[in-house]
Amino acid sequence: MISGAEIVIRCLQEEKVDCVFGYPGGSVLHIYDALFKQDQVKHVLVRHEQAAVHAADAYSRSSQKIGVALVTSGPGVTNTVTGIATAYMDSIPMVVLCGQVPTQYIGQDAFQECDTVGITRPCVKHNFLVKDVKDLAVTIKKAFHIASTGRPGPVVVDIPKDITAQLCEFDYPKTIQMRSYNPVVKGHLGQIKKAVQLLQEAKRPIIYTGGGVILSDAAPKLTELARKLNFPVTNTLMGLGGYPATDRQFVGMLGMHGTFEANNAMHYADVILAIGARFDDRVIGNPEHFGGEKRRVIHIDIDPSSISKRVKVDVPIVGNVPDVIDEIIKLMDSNFKTDPEVAGWWKQIDEWRGRDSLRYRQSEHIMPQYVIEKLYEVTGGDAFITSDVGQHQMFAAQYYKFDKPRRWINSGGLGTMGVGLPYGMGVLMANPDAQVACVTGEGSIQMCIQEMSTCKQYGLPVKIINLNNGMLGMVRQWQEMFYSKRYSQSYVTSLPDFVKLAEAYGHVGMKIERPEDVEPALRKAFTEHKNDLVFMDFIIDPRANVFPMVAAGKGLTEMILAEDL
Amino acid sequence: MRHIISILIENESGALSRVAGLFSARGYNIETLTVAPTEDPSLSRMTILTWGSDEVLEQITKQLNKLVDVVKVVDLSEAAHVERELMLIKVRATGKDREEMKRMADIFRGRIIDVTESTYVIELTGASSKLDSFIAALDAGLILETVRTGVCGIGRGDRILKV
Repeated sequence: MISGAEIVIRCLQEEKVDCVFGYPGGSVLHIYDALFKQDQVKHVLVRHEQAAVHAADAYSRSSQKIGVALVTSGPGVTNTVTGIATAYMDSIPMVVLCGQVPTQYIGQDAFQECDTVGITRPCVKHNFLVKDVKDLAVTIKKAFHIASTGRPGPVVVDIPKDITAQLCEFDYPKTIQMRSYNPVVKGHLGQIKKAVQLLQEAKRPIIYTGGGVILSDAAPKLTELARKLNFPVTNTLMGLGGYPATDRQFVGMLGMHGTFEANNAMHYADVILAIGARFDDRVIGNPEHFGGEKRRVIHIDIDPSSISKRVKVDVPIVGNVPDVIDEIIKLMDSNFKTDPEVAGWWKQIDEWRGRDSLRYRQSEHIMPQYVIEKLYEVTGGDAFITSDVGQHQMFAAQYYKFDKPRRWINSGGLGTMGVGLPYGMGVLMANPDAQVACVTGEGSIQMCIQEMSTCKQYGLPVKIINLNNGMLGMVRQWQEMFYSKRYSQSYVTSLPDFVKLAEAYGHVGMKIERPEDVEPALRKAFTEHKNDLVFMDFIIDPRANVFPMVAAGKGLTEMILAEDL
Repeated sequence: MRHIISILIENESGALSRVAGLFSARGYNIETLTVAPTEDPSLSRMTILTWGSDEVLEQITKQLNKLVDVVKVVDLSEAAHVERELMLIKVRATGKDREEMKRMADIFRGRIIDVTESTYVIELTGASSKLDSFIAALDAGLILETVRTGVCGIGRGDRILKV
């Protein structure tokens, strides 16, 4: 017989978890004690529980493993909520283990008590409160199973302290059967046949793919299919890297800050092949302004509720993306021919491409776009790029050409400022030798800046690319464009000296103020300081805005381009 | 359109709040909701009366199916079914109203299940519209209290909702 706390650790070992991100406290002391007595599962001590969850989230995003966070009850849990909601919105598999006050104290407003299951319920795929030590192992097994199958998502397991002290036999189930949870894997063959027929008839096709391609590791299959079809491919913000960005068939990201060619191609397409994407408001704008009457949509998704949620779908295919793509490829036999008019469609797309919608104004100051272009060059396009949320995020998405999946790590759905640095930590724990850059701004970075201390403790050499314009850039951009330049609370004053701050944490700091210094500084950071965390404070042109832009509520073709202004 | 959704759900603590939370978070209506364990005590059966367009109902069903504790979901109103609701209504029963109340209860096939010198409690079962009609038929000033269970329903004939 072993204690509940030891059972928790044994379960993690059985799941081959090599690292958890966490923060100890009263309710998890037994678990931390069990953690201390072994060395198979490493622990990263963060400086705030929010960062533990973000790091676990990025650990999942950047690998095919499941990130795990471990926190104490009460404030430990409430601090994780932003991180859990962030993972939930982007369907990231993750297991969050929370301490809870002892069973007999639950409901009595005990010290550091909160209703964990209640607070997290709307932002988890599922959650559990363990009431009997005999259920502990099977519950953790279920948590890993649910988190990683079907449409993935975070699962919370709330474990009262007394349960972690009680003794029980340890028996970890190899597999799990749940009568209420059986996600579909294989797509419906009849629907797949209809899809193949539509693909043959398409005159103005587009392949539109999202985070589902990344999460299901379907990128190679998608590339195979797209090449066979020779159709244009666009990716959502979450789907970047699902198709090689440097490929001729790639028309760029679509959506609110998508390219001219991607948005037009999406709008004027007669057949849309949507794969692991959900037609969200930042992607298609106003659904009433989206596309023509005769357009037909094929939608492949693991989650039936994503289908026909915002846009009516003609051929719904519920299933695991790589399996469904495989079926489609199998059905495309020697008789399969795409319509000859697709050549004319390509001509149209190339004409749209000619607008060069990502061209930007040159200035005597550093332009943020230029920093990303140089970052791309210096890292050979092969780095993991984490970002926060705002203008810098869009610049990174637009100008860093992601050829591989799981390299672009950002909060797309919830749009959580502050994720960038902890995301960098999670990426490095899963990929210890990788180059990792965190593209951020002086607003976002300060939301989790305390994690520079964690990076020091564990030697995590994140390169922080701080695009510093002294403004909450995206807020300022909207105020400039839609609020007659009334810059309400978007001007950040009293900024710290980031160089000194980085140095105070024991890292390297650099301040870069001239365009000609951008590239040498980046080279220095990625070579000489390869193993250091480098905080690079780029003082950028504060007037820079993100274009193209589709204003909220507008249609995809109603883009504002840089050249219009 | 009015729809009756029947759900088989694991009889776990918190299962009800998952369903109720889903409806409030996504802005769906709940007109009535009833829940109780089935003949298999590990399963609960829930009946929800809701309103919405076909698109909304499609989403409601899909979202309910997505809940990990939910075993099965059907829209009962898609095909032949029977539905019932139970109401207990306490009315003032004095003087000439005492006889009148008894007569009204008889007309609606209600039963008087509690009697005092001045009040009756009438039990009435039927479709929700029948309960509405009964309330409308009474003098509003004589109604002291009403309590209704909400709709429960079951498919006709071979339509069976089971694991």
